[in-house]
Amino acid sequence: MSAYDRIKLARDINRPTAKKYIDVIIDDFMEFHGDRAFADDHAIIGGIGWLDNTAVTVIGIEKGTDMESKQFRGFGSALPEGYRKAQRLMFQAEKFKRPIICFVDTQGAACGSGAEQRGVGQSIADNLAKMMTIKVPIITIIIGEGGSGGALGLAVADEVWMLENSYYSVIAPESCASILYKDPERKDEAAESLHLFAENLLELGIIEKIIAEPENFTDADATEEFLLKLKEDLIRNIKRLSSKRVGQLLAARYEKFRKVGRYKEIG
Amino acid sequence: MSRKMKHITWKDYRHSTKIIKCEKCKQELVQKDLAKNNFVCPKCGKYNKLPARVRIAELANKGSFKEFWPDVTTVNPINFPTYEEKYAAAQDKSGESDGVVTGTCRIGKVKVAIFVMEPKFMMASMGSVVGDKITALFEYATKKKLPVIGFTASGGARMQEGMVSLMQMAKVSGAVQYHSQAGLLYTVCCTDPTTGGITASFAMLGDIIIAEPEATIGFAGRRVVEQVTGETLPDDFQSSEFQFEKGFVDAIVKREDMRDYLVNLLKLHSGRR
Ligand SMILES: [Zn+2]
Repeated sequence: MSAYDRIKLARDINRPTAKKYIDVIIDDFMEFHGDRAFADDHAIIGGIGWLDNTAVTVIGIEKGTDMESKQFRGFGSALPEGYRKAQRLMFQAEKFKRPIICFVDTQGAACGSGAEQRGVGQSIADNLAKMMTIKVPIITIIIGEGGSGGALGLAVADEVWMLENSYYSVIAPESCASILYKDPERKDEAAESLHLFAENLLELGIIEKIIAEPENFTDADATEEFLLKLKEDLIRNIKRLSSKRVGQLLAARYEKFRKVGRYKEIG
Repeated sequence: MSRKMKHITWKDYRHSTKIIKCEKCKQELVQKDLAKNNFVCPKCGKYNKLPARVRIAELANKGSFKEFWPDVTTVNPINFPTYEEKYAAAQDKSGESDGVVTGTCRIGKVKVAIFVMEPKFMMASMGSVVGDKITALFEYATKKKLPVIGFTASGGARMQEGMVSLMQMAKVSGAVQYHSQAGLLYTVCCTDPTTGGITASFAMLGDIIIAEPEATIGFAGRRVVEQVTGETLPDDFQSSEFQFEKGFVDAIVKREDMRDYLVNLLKLHSGRR
């Protein structure tokens, strides 16, 4: 399979979206709305529910599943008010000592004059800074597309997991090819060079875990089984992270990002 | 990638008789004339890019700048094709080892940690070196209880370093957060251009955010927004003045007023009048 074929797999219409993960993994989910300043962004679902016997805060970027819901969800590209809603719910999670689980599936943050006017860059920046010191465990799972800053805005976590056929990239391969080669058709080459797949990022120390996928997401039983296995994984790891002292948790979170980067002294 | 850099200094610019063109009106100018005018075009008033070392020379008390980590350079972390050639060319063109100059200096009576991005180096895009130097500077400032003054000018994350560059956004933002929690001042000045991953991280995290006039400050590029949405955007879209009006910038400060502005701001945070 070519690198770009795998990108297509990450965008495949049959992949479960965030809502499906929440439906299967979280019991008694209650969704909350709005950023308290401007609006409710439909691309981001946020709320609370039970992960087994633990109350958790859940935030997911939802792409939608058919034309109508895709439009309603802004095609999974979150607006500034979405990132601000997410931050509001994360501070509540901290207040009520609930672990946080984020499901990320986005080609990138919303692109438009409204998003720019309301400071989409600022809204992501603020999440990066604040998530670094939120005093509860955070696990982020990239379930399909991990598009650049729009994905990172929910991914300053203690652990970042990726599905086997998801990608997480600084730039879409098409855009990279356009800029670098002045030819969007060289997207396969770009996808290859960007090292954006789970195994690349595990090797670079950027993610902690690769989640095996079922053969085919059109198989409802296999999908259900996959989601229940992921739920067990989450229960185990949330428990493990919750047993750490806060100081230890935050120091490890900072260190995990701190160590990414390679350089040398000249001379 | 392992030569010691020969930096281009403020004095070099002040003596250069090289003919260059204004970034906006394309007027031919003698380098030293532009340099003596703060790199502001005498014809159209455009703020041409100010080299990092020139900016520091103009802001810092004379002789007070001590540079940190001057010779750090990339190792091409994901073996991205053609990166090393581009990188070497950028070093030759800018006289810098990568896209940011960091250190400490005094501005008026206050000692500060300072970083200035160098737009002549691959548009000061952020890879490992830029991310690490700015992170280390914030860590140093937190330890030594110093305010941080930063000047951003960057096209965003450096795609040739892939996800390693995206992670720098989280890394720097985390260091800013700890500096902030220590009760210390961070003032950032957005200069032309401040876009992409820089806007979505430390350019928007200052306690005080200022901008030079008519700089481009935004997340998605103007052309990308137009392509995606089919909108025709007004001329001032993503300008400093636009960001000021939308509430993302505290003040627009002219180059000739910058030092005085910072002297006053730092003094007001120093506890001593
Ligand atoms: Zn001009």
